[in-house]
Amino acid sequence: MNVISHIGRYFVLLRYVFSRPERRSIFWRRIIEEIDKLGVNSIPIVALLSVFMGAVIAIQTASNIDSSFIPVYVIGLMSRQSIILELSPTIISLILAGKVGSNIASEIGTMRVTEQIDALDIMGVNSAEYLIAPKIWAAVFINPFVIIISMFLGMFGAWMAGVGSGVISSTDYIYGLQYDFNSFDVVYALIKTVIFAFIITSVSAYHGYYTRGGALEVGRSSTQAVVYSTVVILIANYVLTQILLI
Amino acid sequence: MIRVDGVNKSFGDNHVLKDINVEFQQGKINQIIGKSGSGKSVLAKCIVGLHDVDSGNVFFDDQSFTSMDRMEKKDIRRQIGMLFQGSALFDSLTVEQNVMFPLKMFANLPQSEMLDRVNFCLEHVKIEGKNELFPSELSGGMQKRVGLARAIAMNPQYLFCDEPNSGLDPQTAIVIDNLIQELTDDFNMTTIVITHDMNSVMEIGDNIIFIHDGRIWWQGDRKDILYTENKELNEFVYASSLMEHVKEALKGHQ
Repeated sequence: MNVISHIGRYFVLLRYVFSRPERRSIFWRRIIEEIDKLGVNSIPIVALLSVFMGAVIAIQTASNIDSSFIPVYVIGLMSRQSIILELSPTIISLILAGKVGSNIASEIGTMRVTEQIDALDIMGVNSAEYLIAPKIWAAVFINPFVIIISMFLGMFGAWMAGVGSGVISSTDYIYGLQYDFNSFDVVYALIKTVIFAFIITSVSAYHGYYTRGGALEVGRSSTQAVVYSTVVILIANYVLTQILLI
Repeated sequence: MIRVDGVNKSFGDNHVLKDINVEFQQGKINQIIGKSGSGKSVLAKCIVGLHDVDSGNVFFDDQSFTSMDRMEKKDIRRQIGMLFQGSALFDSLTVEQNVMFPLKMFANLPQSEMLDRVNFCLEHVKIEGKNELFPSELSGGMQKRVGLARAIAMNPQYLFCDEPNSGLDPQTAIVIDNLIQELTDDFNMTTIVITHDMNSVMEIGDNIIFIHDGRIWWQGDRKDILYTENKELNEFVYASSLMEHVKEALKGHQ
């Protein structure tokens, strides 16, 4: 299949995904389950990564300031901007594409090869809507919260490393964090997060849903889900930045 | 009643089903037999709409299933129960939740009535006290029974069984065959079984359809199958010398 066919089939799948749920009560319950599975379960790894990424940014910024004309609070300013604009929404989304994307593709792919999806279809259940829609809605809802947590922890990590290593005082760091703050940066980051969440879940689910064969193909689908989600996120990141910031 | 009319199905260059015309007997066990790769599972999947046919028609009670839209197909599918080769139970749900699943999706019943129906179905397939177990905690035979219980939960008119005996020991295979027979009689269903197990054919088959090379090669009664002149069917039936002994024994009886 060529790329155009894949894109066409992806949009056909989305049409089935966004059709009316069989049972609203079941649909809501599945969204809650997916919020727990895709979002809440990702918080520990996101927290760990954010703290260390923030710490590294603070130290790298400090090591690159070699002019006495540049005020030290720039460390706080640069950490804030890097974390809010790129590290939390994009890098964490790329990491979630690996963790959540492979999980979704392998789960749905396994259901396909073990005929569980056929069983749903035979019962008259819209399998695409039943399996995929709750994942997309859950990720679109929970990921902004996860990313906000990541932003705070990233800035905390930067403070810890900066103050801990003595390159900046706590007062200067907090002054830098607050300096020339533009709230639209957070809006921009959250818009990106929502779109990336949609990409991660829908692209991964697409690869899982159309898995054919056995265990080997499930593994292949899982890898493809991560690769394609990553590529699409990077392209979308560029396009969104162009649209929203220029 | 299910009727298949001139169905063709290809996968790329591989022409799997070639002008299939067959009528399944109502309230009976119809068995589709044939070698691996002969197209019997594809035929079953075409009938229930899991595969689209390239040409031809499938009729459920004289309604053309092939030309129905998605919603109409859904209504027909709710009258179909299917037991899959690997049982296809939902891994994340318990036995009780698996059997209750179609009821929760489509039946407007209070929880207590759904539970009664689940227990009724599980009793029918002779599984009791396993409601809280997950599919991974069950043996292959038990998974098939739960699959059967789920298939009959909505009281379907049609039951499809795709190789119900595969992966089972001979004793358990007979138990599953007998269950299919009992369920067909008790619920007056039209049952279609895909199998290559001759023991199962001789045990429960009412109407046997032999597929060879994507075509219907022979159709008839299980008594006739042993005495057919059809070369390909003979090769299939007597692939095991056991069937020769069965034939001899039956001759002795007569």
